[in-house]
Amino acid sequence: MRFMDEAKYLLKQNIRDYGMYVALAVIMIIFTVTTGGLFISSRNISNLINQTGYIAVLAVGMTLIIVIRHIDLSVGYLAGFLGAIAAILLTKAGAPVYLTILVVLVLGTLIGLFNGYLVAYVGIPAFVATLAGMLAFRGALLLVTEETGTIIVPNKSFNAIGNGFIPDIAHIPGIHLLTLLIGGLAIVFYIYSEFNVRKNKIKYNFEVISFKMFILKLVLVSSIIAYVTWILSGYNGLSWTVVIVIIVVAIYHVITTKTPLGRYIYAVGGNPEAAKLSGIDVSKITLIVFGSMGLLSALSGILYTARLQSATTTAGTLFELDAIAAAYVGGVSAAGGVGKVTGSIVGALVMASLINGMNLMGVGISYQYIIRGAVLAAAVIFDVKTRNKSR
Amino acid sequence: MSEYILEMKNITKTFPGVKALDNVDFRVKKGEIHCLVGENGSGKSTLMKVLSGVYPFGEYSGEIIFDGKPQKFKSINDSERVGIVTIYQELALIPELTIYENIFLGHEIKKGNFIDWNETIVRAKKMLKKVKLDINPTLKVKDLGVGMQQLVEIAKALSKNVKLLILDEPTAALNEDDSENLLKLIKELKEHGVTCILISHKLKEVISVADSITVLRDGKMISSLEVGKDEISENIIIKHMVGREIEDIYPKRKKKEFGEKILEVKNLSAYDPNLGRQILKDVEFNVRKGEIVGIAGLMGAGRTELALSIFGNPKGYRLKGEIYVNGQKKKFTKPKDAIRAGIAYVSEDRKGNGLILIDDIRNNISITNLKELTKNGFVNENEEIKVANEYKESLRIKAPSVEQKVGNLSGGNQQKVSLAKWLFVKPHVLILDEPTRGIDVGAKYEIYTLMNQLVEKGMSIIMISSELPEILGMSDRVYVMSGGRMVGELPIEEATQEKIMELATN
Repeated sequence: MRFMDEAKYLLKQNIRDYGMYVALAVIMIIFTVTTGGLFISSRNISNLINQTGYIAVLAVGMTLIIVIRHIDLSVGYLAGFLGAIAAILLTKAGAPVYLTILVVLVLGTLIGLFNGYLVAYVGIPAFVATLAGMLAFRGALLLVTEETGTIIVPNKSFNAIGNGFIPDIAHIPGIHLLTLLIGGLAIVFYIYSEFNVRKNKIKYNFEVISFKMFILKLVLVSSIIAYVTWILSGYNGLSWTVVIVIIVVAIYHVITTKTPLGRYIYAVGGNPEAAKLSGIDVSKITLIVFGSMGLLSALSGILYTARLQSATTTAGTLFELDAIAAAYVGGVSAAGGVGKVTGSIVGALVMASLINGMNLMGVGISYQYIIRGAVLAAAVIFDVKTRNKSR
Repeated sequence: MSEYILEMKNITKTFPGVKALDNVDFRVKKGEIHCLVGENGSGKSTLMKVLSGVYPFGEYSGEIIFDGKPQKFKSINDSERVGIVTIYQELALIPELTIYENIFLGHEIKKGNFIDWNETIVRAKKMLKKVKLDINPTLKVKDLGVGMQQLVEIAKALSKNVKLLILDEPTAALNEDDSENLLKLIKELKEHGVTCILISHKLKEVISVADSITVLRDGKMISSLEVGKDEISENIIIKHMVGREIEDIYPKRKKKEFGEKILEVKNLSAYDPNLGRQILKDVEFNVRKGEIVGIAGLMGAGRTELALSIFGNPKGYRLKGEIYVNGQKKKFTKPKDAIRAGIAYVSEDRKGNGLILIDDIRNNISITNLKELTKNGFVNENEEIKVANEYKESLRIKAPSVEQKVGNLSGGNQQKVSLAKWLFVKPHVLILDEPTRGIDVGAKYEIYTLMNQLVEKGMSIIMISSELPEILGMSDRVYVMSGGRMVGELPIEEATQEKIMELATN
């Protein structure tokens, strides 16, 4: 019985953190039932995740922007514009893929830093500064695609970033062996690090959850990883997009939770005045966060261009709002100082699942927008209602 | 009709944990200038807020009779309707609007459904004449000096057919000429039948204008003096203001040994570009190793501004003067510089700019010195929790764990987290700004004990406090500030509440 009590207690304490995962699971189950299993098929899930990639990386950056109480409206067209630059570099300039990617990422970072400079040092409200950016980059995108219209990118290795899958090491029909292997390694690594954390905590004489509960958690998370890997391995395996998103999320997760920089970002968001008096350079933190947003916008542009195998005149339209919605659904608080990178990824998946599932069901586009709006509102209401009760 | 325009009877107002007003009786005669005096926190502002309806009927107990009728004000609108207008310390004018727009804001002159701007300007001119202000009413308020803005506020009050005008520290932000002007105007308004309640810390000015003086202390009415009837002098008023005995709640220090001057400030002047005025003038003071220096003064004397000017100047004042740490001249451009030099500042406003309320105890403590907990670029969370737990134990912060949100703690425990976060940088000089404001007696004692322990170990403390008993009970030396100047330095043996008050109210 004590085990059940502990489970209840943990669930209650962490409802805000788990809420999104539960919501995602519920949505996936509903669509699986309503589409007769089509939704959960390997091919569809693989597609779904690949489609989310370019929004997911934006949502990661947007999370930090919103955490420090700002907003960035320019990211959509910035991504579109930089995607077009990539296409031009690859086709007209004939630059190699790695150089193209490097140039575009650096360019994105510089533009992000410029936005950050306007906000942090000139004192322009982020909403206005990035609205101006949004208009300007839309114009810039039209300008560079004006002559040619859509720029087709014939480069196979570049397009693989958005469409390709990691190679396999053996040919077994219906199963992607390397993907399974990576999934297995991930599980081993996860279990090892959890044990390590627990061991350290015990060494410091800190309270840990009971061993039974610990094992249950390991089994639960491991089986989720195993299941996702199994589904993906049923169709071409891990895509390069997923690999990139996982790397980005992992890096940002570590930075935000384990490094002083991450702590400073949340401190600035939680109370900028107190952060300043605590010796934190608030302007510098703002600059860094906008810089990272620019970098991720560039990455998003690359992913999108590669996925479409071309740069279009309307690329990037409304990406910024999808990213903002994903962040809010993922539990970021508009009041600042609260929100996890991992949450925003789940938020992006929730929104993508909704679109994908409703498409499979044949729900009309008008209803789709209304339902997406309702889910966004519901997520924020849930967030507001549970905020005061947490901890 | 009685001779009183206002009678407040048995007014009691409590906030959670504090009795701000305790059975206060307050009477104002028709056509007089009635001055309300008392230390910070004595209940003057609370009493006026009860009167003006900021604290609506039902939130206090007692009776208000105005103009012979019992009143139950539910909002400021209610009290303004019967002719009670308050002018607050922070002016309530809208800088981007013109003078005439400001004067009639909220009671616009209308012709049909629309505002009659021409009539408004004409009437505004009349009002300005009444306050002896000869300027164009189409100017924007932001282009006026503080003194003129004050007069516009009064013009605004007059336009509402004011019967009782309440002025909360009207001269605090004014220079001498403007102050004199204002006081003259108040006397003239009296001739025109406007009754006036004046809250002021400046006793000289109180004595020069008052017909009656009421003294509040600790939420109680201490005395009501009438000019011509009672004997009135600064000394008598001060005695009534401070009168309380120093309780023995100040722990004794085991040893008192002072070393070299660790911090010295010379000729420090500061100009605040946001307020547009000088906030510090030629301030000089020093702290020795192992010493607690108290800085006394009334609200607005420039004590917090002095602390911030030393602590890396986060508000961006324009500074002149020199700061020496350990004999070396220093120039701090941001708080981080000051922290590096061994100075820590515990803010008076722990909720506003001291703590991150939505974050937990451990993150609040570690934020000032994360470097110490970082290895290879990563924060060692276990070490961090250990440190936080150590402070939780040693300062006796009452919370289930260090994962507790700071916003959920009581004031005393929040203050301890504030202290912990700054002790974690292991400072040489600790500046405490109102260290015991709004916390209970038990927590106060603990903080005093801690201060003693720290100086015994060789730390130096600068304690800014508005509570005179605390200043006298804890300090080794007392400085007094007033109007941005250091107006006195007293060895603790010579310091008394009366002496400090005399300096502070000058």
